Amino acid sequence: MIFVNDKDLVVPGEILAEEDFHPGRGTFKEENKICSSVVGLVAIRNKKISVIPLQSKYIPKRGDVVIGEINDIRFSMWGLDINSPYSGLLPASEVFGKEKRELEKVFKVGDVLFLRVIDVDEVKKVKLGLKGRGLGKFRGGILIYITPTKVPRLIGKKGSMINMIKDKTHCDIVVGQNGVVWVKGQTEMERIAEKVIKMIQNQAHTSGLTDRVREMLAELTGEEIEESKEIPEDLDEAEELEGETDENNNDQSPDEKEEDSSVEEDKNLPQEIIESKLNFNLKR
Amino acid sequence: MITIITLGTNIGAKSREDGRAFDELRNLKIEAGVLERADGSAYLEFGGNKVLVAVYGPKESFIRRFQRPDRAYIRCRYNMAPFSVDDRKRPGPDRRSIEISKITAEALQPAVILEKYPRSVIEIFIEVLEAEGGTRCAGITAASVALADAGIPMKDMVVACAAGKVDGQVVLDLSEVEDKDGQADVPVAILPRSGEVTLLQSDGNLTTAEFEKALDLAIKGCNQISEVQKEALKKRYGE
Amino acid sequence: MVNKMNIVPEITRKSITHLINNEERVDGRAMDEYREISLETGVISKAGGSARVKIGNTQIMVGTKPQIGEPFPDTPDVGVLMTNSELLPMASPSFEPGPPDERSVELSRVADRCIRESQMVDLDKLCIIPGKKVWMVFIDLHILDYDGNLMDAAVLGAVAALKNTMIPEVKVVDNEIIIDHENMKPLPIREEVVMCTFAKIGEQLVIDPSFDEEEILSARLSIGITASDKICAMQKGGDSPLTKEEIMNAVKITESKSKELMKYLEC
Repeated sequence: MIFVNDKDLVVPGEILAEEDFHPGRGTFKEENKICSSVVGLVAIRNKKISVIPLQSKYIPKRGDVVIGEINDIRFSMWGLDINSPYSGLLPASEVFGKEKRELEKVFKVGDVLFLRVIDVDEVKKVKLGLKGRGLGKFRGGILIYITPTKVPRLIGKKGSMINMIKDKTHCDIVVGQNGVVWVKGQTEMERIAEKVIKMIQNQAHTSGLTDRVREMLAELTGEEIEESKEIPEDLDEAEELEGETDENNNDQSPDEKEEDSSVEEDKNLPQEIIESKLNFNLKR
Repeated sequence: MITIITLGTNIGAKSREDGRAFDELRNLKIEAGVLERADGSAYLEFGGNKVLVAVYGPKESFIRRFQRPDRAYIRCRYNMAPFSVDDRKRPGPDRRSIEISKITAEALQPAVILEKYPRSVIEIFIEVLEAEGGTRCAGITAASVALADAGIPMKDMVVACAAGKVDGQVVLDLSEVEDKDGQADVPVAILPRSGEVTLLQSDGNLTTAEFEKALDLAIKGCNQISEVQKEALKKRYGE
Repeated sequence: MVNKMNIVPEITRKSITHLINNEERVDGRAMDEYREISLETGVISKAGGSARVKIGNTQIMVGTKPQIGEPFPDTPDVGVLMTNSELLPMASPSFEPGPPDERSVELSRVADRCIRESQMVDLDKLCIIPGKKVWMVFIDLHILDYDGNLMDAAVLGAVAALKNTMIPEVKVVDNEIIIDHENMKPLPIREEVVMCTFAKIGEQLVIDPSFDEEEILSARLSIGITASDKICAMQKGGDSPLTKEEIMNAVKITESKSKELMKYLEC
């Protein structure tokens, strides 16, 4: 027996179903009842019932890509704020190999990096790495913070949403699975991208979002964008070196049929959600 | 001027000083997501009480004392604004607020799925902006909404309400005047789905029969308030 | 609701500074533009007077409590104003529970100076028995949500709460003080005062700094000004110096902007 419909808004403790259903994410089983543990939207997939939370903190998982900020420099590692209850560590060996070098000369406190979670151990120590295409330090641009559970929505199916924003604003955009987004482009376009991303964050649980984003982009960018495709270099842009472009937007959940579905599940997040011109090259 | 004279001795219908029936709650309003900085927040008005609650976390715990290897730690601070009571209250914690902070954390704890965030801390800040009897219950009720608003997973939303004895009669939800003049006050918090009690205090004199009646009444009140909690969250996210 | 990094990221610092140097701000405001302001009074019935002020997302609840007490020995026949603030841990992850820290003390003292030196409240009229009993008015600033510029919000809220404050009529008969709660009267108010705060970021001065702007400012200047354009309080903060030109420029902007703030106090 089921008491809710797909996409219903539920609160913690609400009974969702009884018997012949399986508890998914955001739910728990008590005796024969499946209950919601969070405020979120019901997602029914076959016999599995989940609740996609509307708010949550980022919990690091191995393999995730995140945007972090250096907030500490220790003997042989950097400490990073990764917008999570658990802070990250970047061992010097990940950057230098066996070479001994001064950490401060490479990354300073306040630097923002794009990293991969290499390991999360039993005591929640989060080891980060920089090996991989597109990973490294950001120069210029702005940061936008969104709720981590809304990251899949921002990316959209096969990257449709994020690519639309990139196309219309001519900005480089990198989305960390920890809800930190980096945007770089023409100053006013950065601000437009920010507005649009915040709108997606606030309306992620509503339907018809893609159309509203398209309209908003058209309205904010006007026709100007269609004509001048040239992005003038800003101050930081000069430092920009040879970049790599990643276009590995893996498929979103395969069982999504609707064009404009609601929040998708984390686990279906593409491993690489980046398409950026990053400029980090350590092996000089 | 119309004078209403009630004849007979129907105790159940006997009204109280503020005109409420013995099993009637004061006016209640809850709003979720009212603060910008906090991860979750709620504002509650209950009779003359005005309570604001902010939740931060789960966040990294930098204090060993507030770290558990297998679960999150709940830290709660109940505080009264200096202007919230008739005579200005000196700022800072006192014995009463420290006790309430402790029992509030304990009342909420059974609902929170703490195992999901080992070593982290969840902070709950309860600010009483105006007090009119029953602020600890108001704080717990609002804190549950703020926790849910912060996205913290819970098995249920704890809800609290008091019952007590005034003029020899067991009544629900004592106002400030009733609390002062009454013979007993019994604040209760429950997990509404199971009906289990997570906070229980009693202050005053009650017979066993009266106590049981008060407990039943408080639980009934909790169940009514629980609905308002849910509505507040659903309203916050546009329903 | 969305958390940010604890230390301002270098690229955020650069982007905000870069914008401001081009006379633009992250939220689209002009250099001398306040965020949206809202002010409600009489919100706490147990307080003598109260106000809830919001500047942008910064939110302060102010409550006053008039009490009868003893005057200071050096001013035996005037009433007393006491300003106190609590930077509640609910307002920001960087505010810790515990006794007032230096930020909180600075805020209370600056707000206190602004109100006291403006002579907004006629303290002479708050004397009950010279040398023995006077009205003491406590102003408590309860910081609920911190999104920058607490100073201006604190003064605006405190002034509104004072204007909203009622005290009972008091009669002295044979050294007995009779307090008549049936007859309430407003505090004796002379003239209003507001405060304007500026942040120096890059090469520019901006008014009403937001949280992000405050985090990266090099210098801060708060100016208290009365309705009749008397400068009654100033406070410079931050690690960097200001030039005389910058200071005078801020004063000039304050003269015109204060009129805008005063409008919120009407009613």
